[in-house]
Formats: sequence, C-alpha cells, structure tokens
Amino acid sequence: MSNLLGLEVKKIVETTPEEVDRVHNWINTEEYREKNFARQALVINPAHACQPLGAQLAAHGFEGTLPFVHGSQGCASYYRSTLNRHFREPAPAVSDAMTEDGAVFGGQNNLHEGLENAVALYKPKMIAVFTSCMPEVIGDDLTAFIKNARQKGHVPKDMPVPFANTPSFNGTHIHGYDSMLLSVLQNLTEGKQIEGRCTGKLNLIAGCDFNTGDYREYKRILTEFGIPHTVLADISDSFDSPCDGHYHIYAGGTKLEDAADSINGKATMTLGPYATPKTFSFIKDNYSGKHVSMPMPMGIEKTDAFIMKVAELFGKEVPASLKNERGRAVDAITDAHQYIHGKKFAVYGDPDYLLGYVSFLLEMGAHPHHILCSRGSKKLEKELQALLDSSEFGKGCKIYMNKDLWHLRSLLMTDPVDAIIGDSHGKFAARDAKIPLFRFGFPVFDRVNKHRYPIIGYQGTVNMLTEICNKFIDIKDETCEDRDFELMR
Amino acid sequence: MSDKIRKIEGITKESTEALIAETLSVYPEKAKKKRAPHIGANDQGSGSACVKSNKKTVPGVMSARGCAYAGAKGVVWGPIRDMVHVSHGPVGCGWYSWGTRRNMVSGIVGVTSFPMQFTSDFQEKDIVYGGDKKLKTLLEEAHDLFPLAKGISVLSECPVGLIGDDINSVAKSSAKELDIPIIPCNCEGFRGVSQSLGHHISNDTIRDYIIGTREYAEPESPYDIALIGEYNIGGDAWSTKPLLEECGFNVKAVWTGDGELEKIAATHTVKLNVIHCYRSMNYMCKVMEEKFGIPWIELNFFGPTKIKESLRKLAALFDDTIKEKVEAVIAKYDPIMQGIIEQYKPRLDGKKVMLLVGGLRPRHTIGAYEDLGMDCIGSGYEFAHTDDYDRTAPEMPDATVVYDDPSEYEFEKFADALKPDLIGSGIKEKYVFQKMGIPFRQMHSWDYSGPYHGYKGFEVFARDVDMAINSPTWKLVKSPF
Repeated sequence: MSNLLGLEVKKIVETTPEEVDRVHNWINTEEYREKNFARQALVINPAHACQPLGAQLAAHGFEGTLPFVHGSQGCASYYRSTLNRHFREPAPAVSDAMTEDGAVFGGQNNLHEGLENAVALYKPKMIAVFTSCMPEVIGDDLTAFIKNARQKGHVPKDMPVPFANTPSFNGTHIHGYDSMLLSVLQNLTEGKQIEGRCTGKLNLIAGCDFNTGDYREYKRILTEFGIPHTVLADISDSFDSPCDGHYHIYAGGTKLEDAADSINGKATMTLGPYATPKTFSFIKDNYSGKHVSMPMPMGIEKTDAFIMKVAELFGKEVPASLKNERGRAVDAITDAHQYIHGKKFAVYGDPDYLLGYVSFLLEMGAHPHHILCSRGSKKLEKELQALLDSSEFGKGCKIYMNKDLWHLRSLLMTDPVDAIIGDSHGKFAARDAKIPLFRFGFPVFDRVNKHRYPIIGYQGTVNMLTEICNKFIDIKDETCEDRDFELMR
Repeated sequence: MSDKIRKIEGITKESTEALIAETLSVYPEKAKKKRAPHIGANDQGSGSACVKSNKKTVPGVMSARGCAYAGAKGVVWGPIRDMVHVSHGPVGCGWYSWGTRRNMVSGIVGVTSFPMQFTSDFQEKDIVYGGDKKLKTLLEEAHDLFPLAKGISVLSECPVGLIGDDINSVAKSSAKELDIPIIPCNCEGFRGVSQSLGHHISNDTIRDYIIGTREYAEPESPYDIALIGEYNIGGDAWSTKPLLEECGFNVKAVWTGDGELEKIAATHTVKLNVIHCYRSMNYMCKVMEEKFGIPWIELNFFGPTKIKESLRKLAALFDDTIKEKVEAVIAKYDPIMQGIIEQYKPRLDGKKVMLLVGGLRPRHTIGAYEDLGMDCIGSGYEFAHTDDYDRTAPEMPDATVVYDDPSEYEFEKFADALKPDLIGSGIKEKYVFQKMGIPFRQMHSWDYSGPYHGYKGFEVFARDVDMAINSPTWKLVKSPF
C-alpha cells in the first residue's frame, strides 16, 4: 500500500533516547550555529509581525475611529486577538470579509457593503481602511473604491475615511503604522493650514510604541513643562481604559480636530524615526513650525536630549520638577549600577526600541552583546554600530540584521549572555539558555501590566533598571548556597 | 432528543423573538435580511437547528471568525508535535497563530517537538516570481536543521493561492528527495466562510497523504481506539487519554493534540474512533468508517453527568471487561465529583451563562454548567454547520437565544438584555464584557488554565467558574463616588 506521496507503509519506529540526546546536544553546538546561519529561505521565530497590525494600532490612536480591514476576515481576527492579548483590552475593528469571489471580482462590493454596515452598527467618527494580503495581490484600487463609496452614499459625506495600502509581504508592523498615520494626517489636515495661525503646540509622535505608559509619560513631561501638546495617535486611553461597568467602543485617541490643527503647530517631533519616516517626511514638507526627529528617549542621555530639545524648541527653561526627576533617576542608577555593570545582554525587537535598549545598557556599564533585528536596514546597522563605538562597553558586541529568534538561540548557546531583552516570544530561547528574559516592547502576552509602566524618560529608565536589577538579585537569592544567603544585597 | 423540556423563568419564545427583532432593527435592510435567519429562539423539543449557518460573514460587522488557514494551522495540523509546520506566505498569519491556541505538547523544543513559527516570510519578489523555489530550499533547510522531525506540513496563506504557486508538486518532489512525508495543505484564508473549511481541507490532506502509511509496532487488541478531535488545550488530552486508559482502552493515537504523525498514520487499524470535537473531524471519522470500516462514536467529556453518560455509551459497544472497568471508574470518581459539586453548587446555583465559542463547546459545556446548578441562556458558534445546531437544540433550554456568527454588536445587545452572570467566549470578547462588569472566561483557551476535559478537568472548570463569578473584584466596578 502506498499513498499520494508514493511512500511505502512502514512500521512505527520510535526515535531512541540516545539519538534524541545526540540531536539535543548538537543543536547547541558551533557546527549547528553555522548551519543555522547558512539558512536562505526558512525563517524560524521571526521577531516581527505584518504591516496591517501596525496600521490598526495607529487607527486606534484617533478619537472615534473604527479600524477597517479590507481583506479576509481571518486577518482582522488575528490583529484584534494579538492586540487584545498584549494590552488585555478590547481592540474593536471590522473587516469586509473577502472570500473567493472577492479574489475573482475584486473587493469593491465587500468594501461598500462593509462601510455601510460599519457606519450603521458602530457609529464611528472616522473609518481607517487598510489592506491585508488578498486585495494587495489582486490589485484593488482603494482610492477609486473609497471615492465611489462616498459618491454612492455608503459613508456620510463629511466622514473622514483615510486608507493605507499595507501589504503583509513587505516590511513589518512598523511600516503599516507609518502608512496609516500618514494617511490619517494627510486626510485630516487637508486644507486646514491657515496662514499666520500657530497653535503654539508641540505635535508629538511616539512612533509604533505599544506601551500605553509611554504615551502618558510624554504627556506628563510636557505638562510639567507647561507646553501645550497633541500626541499623534494617542493610544493611552484606547488601550488602558477604565472598568466602570460600561463598554465604550472608542475609549480614547487624539481628537480629530486636534489632529487636523496639528498642521498649524509650533513644532512637531517624532520619537520613532524608524517607525514613522514617511509620516515625518510629509510633516516636514507640509507642516508649519519646526520639525525634529529623535530616537526614543530611553536611558538618561537620550532623555536629556529629548528634554533639552523640547526646552529649546519652546524657549523654556527645564522646570525644576524635571531637573529633580533627572537627579532622582541618576541617584537610582548610581545606587543600582553594581547589579548590572558588566552583565552581558542579548537584545532584539523593533529598530526604535533596539536603539533605546542599547543606549540604556551602555550607560549602565552593561554589554549589549548580541543585538538582533529580524527586519533591519543598513541605516539601522550603522546607527547601532556608532552607538556601540561610542562606549567602551560596546566593544565586542555584535549586530545581526535580518536574523530571527532561532538564530538568536544559537548565539545564546554558543556565546552565552546573562539575560535577554525582548518580547514574550523570546521565553523559549531564554529557558533553553537558563537566563532571564526582560519583557519590554511588543508583544508581551505572558506578564501583566507591563504596558502600563513607561520605559521612556527618566521614570522609564528607573522602571527598566528596577526590573532588571531586582531580577538579578532574585536569581542570586534563589540559587546561592545557604551560607551565601544574606539579608543585604 | 431531550426527555424533558427545560424552561428558564422569564424567557419565552416571544421575549426572545422580541429581543432579536430589536437587535436587528439597527441594521441596513440588506444586512438585516442576511442576519435574520442566523438568530433564533431554541425549540428544545424539536432536536433541530433554529438557525442557518455556515454562510458568508456580513461585511463590516465585527465577527469573531477566523479563516481556513486558522482552522488548518491552529486546529488540525498545528498540534501535531513531531512535525515542522510551515506557514507558507507572508510573516503575519504564522506569527499571530504562534503559540496562541494553547495546544500543549510534550517533547524537547527544536529536537522532538516543534511548537515554533516556521515561515517563508514572503517578500514582494516572492509574489512577483512565485515562492515554489523558496519552498523547495526551505524544506531542505528544515529537514537539515530538524532531523528528528517526522514530517513537514506546508500550510498556504492567501497569496500562495492567488499567485498560483504549485505547492503540491514541490511537496511531492521534496518528500521523495528527503524521504519524509511533506504534506501540502491548500488552506488559504480566503477559502470558504470560516475556519471550518480549513478543518475540512486539512482532514482531506490527512486522508490523502497520511492515513494508512504506518502500522503500529505492537500487536492489535480489541480495545484499540483513537481519540479524535482532542486538541490538548491546556492539557485536556492529558486528562482524557489516561481516563480512557483507566477504562481499559488502548488509546493508539490522539488527533491531534500532542499528536504524533506516525501514530496518526496508523489509525486505520483501530477498532473504534472516539470523537470529541465533531465540527473539526467528523469527516475523518466518516472517511475511516467508509474506507476501513471503523465505527465511531461522539462523546462529551465536560462535567460528571456527561462524562458518565459518555463512558457508559462507549462501554456498551464493548465486552463485560470494559463495562466492569467503566463502572469501577465511575464509582471511583462519582464521590469525588459529588464533593466538587457540594463545594461549588451553593455558590453558583441559579447563575446564568451565555456562550459564544467554536467547535463543540457551545453545546458540550452546557451539561457541566448544569452540574454546577447553572443555566445556559444563550449559545452560539463562530463557524458551526446545521448538524452542530441540530445537536445543540436538545442541550439548550427552550426558547433561549441561539446565534450563529453573531456580530459583537448583537452579542453585546443580548448580554445587555439578558444580564448573564458569566459569559464564556474568546479573547476578542473578553475585555468588552469585563468592562461592562460581567464575569468572563475564555472558553477557547480556558483562560490560560485547564484542563477542562475529563474528571480532572471538571475540578479545574468548577474552580474557574466560581472564581470568575464570585471574584470580589466585580463589587469594585461601581465607584462609590
């Protein structure tokens, strides 16, 4: 008897324990690492998602906005579940449920029917349409489809319907974030620039940041400064809303009129230069005021640079409260540096996060020994290398672009480190390497409340430091001999 | 057919129909017409479905459904532990489904079990030039890096089907070259109306490529059975398999929770197939019945009443040895179960639950809630077919609301009107209802708990339901100021 593959019927053979042991040892060797790094086609455990997820995140950052997936409904379910799991919050979004006939005839009918139903059921102020694979492959023309939808009355005349092409076979979630944010701002600010008008505000773009605490922290810092501000794509309330016995489908987000008026701002700053290049370029070309692109303010130096830039842009002194805050943060790091100095780390994640982690570690006297990005660019590699070169603690640290977490595992087994910084997906490699994983970035599925604690600014620096140092102390307490078990650490 | 009609105080056919009409009133005409046949009041005595199902989701409504790929990767193929499962196409689908269904596996990760994300991470050039060559290289690399993997599945994502790649021919030639089973599964997400078609497509591939290609090394016995449609969510199979073994059966294969490819491939020699998740694998049972003459039986392992019923139904098909063992098992667990009921029933008696899940849970769990004194007042499926709803009617109390592929809007309206004490549904619904102050358990994933199957599972289930409903945290939702 044989089957479609032409393979013969065989008796079941159990793999011997010796063979299992042999392979188990082998996957931790240099030889295996070499084979692993020679991979051309197979990607194992990538540290990135696809574009539409980022587009949905950006959409949730605007008041009354319904994210709308033009494509197969399974995609929408995946994005929603992923955001639900990370934030432990609702992530309302609809899809127009394209199926085989959509593939043949195109998705315009689905889109039109979907827009009409979404408006009736979920009463949004804005619908943000973005694509998944299917319409991208068949070449649906969103510009025409949405124009037609408006003409046919499927959406109210005055309702903004920004849209973004977010093919999943190109880039990662950060690129989808950029495309959606760009589209929303283009749409809302069109014709809103007024000669001579200045809102006096700072427009702050946090980037594709999945930490609600970061958004709150930016706003707090700017309030301390007394600087009026608009955070563009503000997810802090959308994904950290009160439990009060009522479900508010649109729990937060940047007010649409504020976003529209952002074009008349005094200054615009992006703190996710790798996540928002297209948006920033649009702003540079079209917005009033000054434009600044800076790295995420993680660690003391990058926060200093952020604070000074804000002060400079608005001609203000740094307020005493922030000076004190800096002093307290420095106090915390000098007090605790001994628990982290000299420790080796593996770090991975999105480019903007990565630069932050590396900067923070170097500042603490720790080594970011393996730096890995599963979709990175030459530009990022160069910037990371410059950062490493700027510190004696960067010596011997290596950067791996376009490598995945199975590559990382090989690195950990052949050239060990003390800990990893990354998202929840790194927990398997961390367990094999018997080292802790510090969960920052996205996604964090397996710990609670992480996204509520900022990792940017002085407070964020203290938060990261506290978590990392205390874990090392925990490990010492849990693993030391009885005679070395002490009250004071 | 149910022997008695269960009524719930305050719920009548009229009240339920009024609720449905009110809920539908907000829809545009076309959508209302499409949705109306999918919501109905249960007629318990009829034993037949009161709603239509397995139809396209209405565009623009918030559906909980997944896609064919989700059914293939997440449900059927994904849980087979000793295979490499390749998400062929762009990075997202594989990434989102990576480790998120909680089908637990034993073995050593990367050596004998592979709960990782393998993908061809399509780029634009793969869309333009096709991904077949890449797939061929990828299969060699996977075989090279994971020599103990017993096989490889290739699960195609949307673009693969749209650009017309021929994964079947690549799989065939690579299988010969590498001398391992490589299974092409054309489960692109745009196929069909839900994950249900993904189950079907996967079943077909098991039929075509797997079943009958291995034989068990040990001699046959009259008590050889296979456990079908058991996915080991939160360790469910680690509760049900030992239970069946305690009853005297040799469970030769589990489909597919913590599953092993070769044991699945030899299932054609068992004496009986015992199916739990009917929706995802009834075709396979029918195929094995037709092709190999293996009878099959549906069981329900939720809650002591249904477990007892199921075990006796199963024993009736075997000899006295089994019947005695099954009675002994029931006698052993009955007092333990009674103890659990005595502990929790006083805290849960009369509480009302609403369900929206997939697979078998919207009907199979009802008995377990009833064991705890609770009533199910609304139930529905994400991706069921008429035969599921036929099986649901006798389990659901009369005139209660049944909803097929409900939108989040509908589900919210029903919950708002019926005021359940607990909702059992998925992650996308969880935080919506918790914001409303309604206790909730994720019933796809057991809310990171489990097992819920078998006697071992009932104890966990009862504890979790009590924990959800009687948590003091709900009292804090209403602010005093």
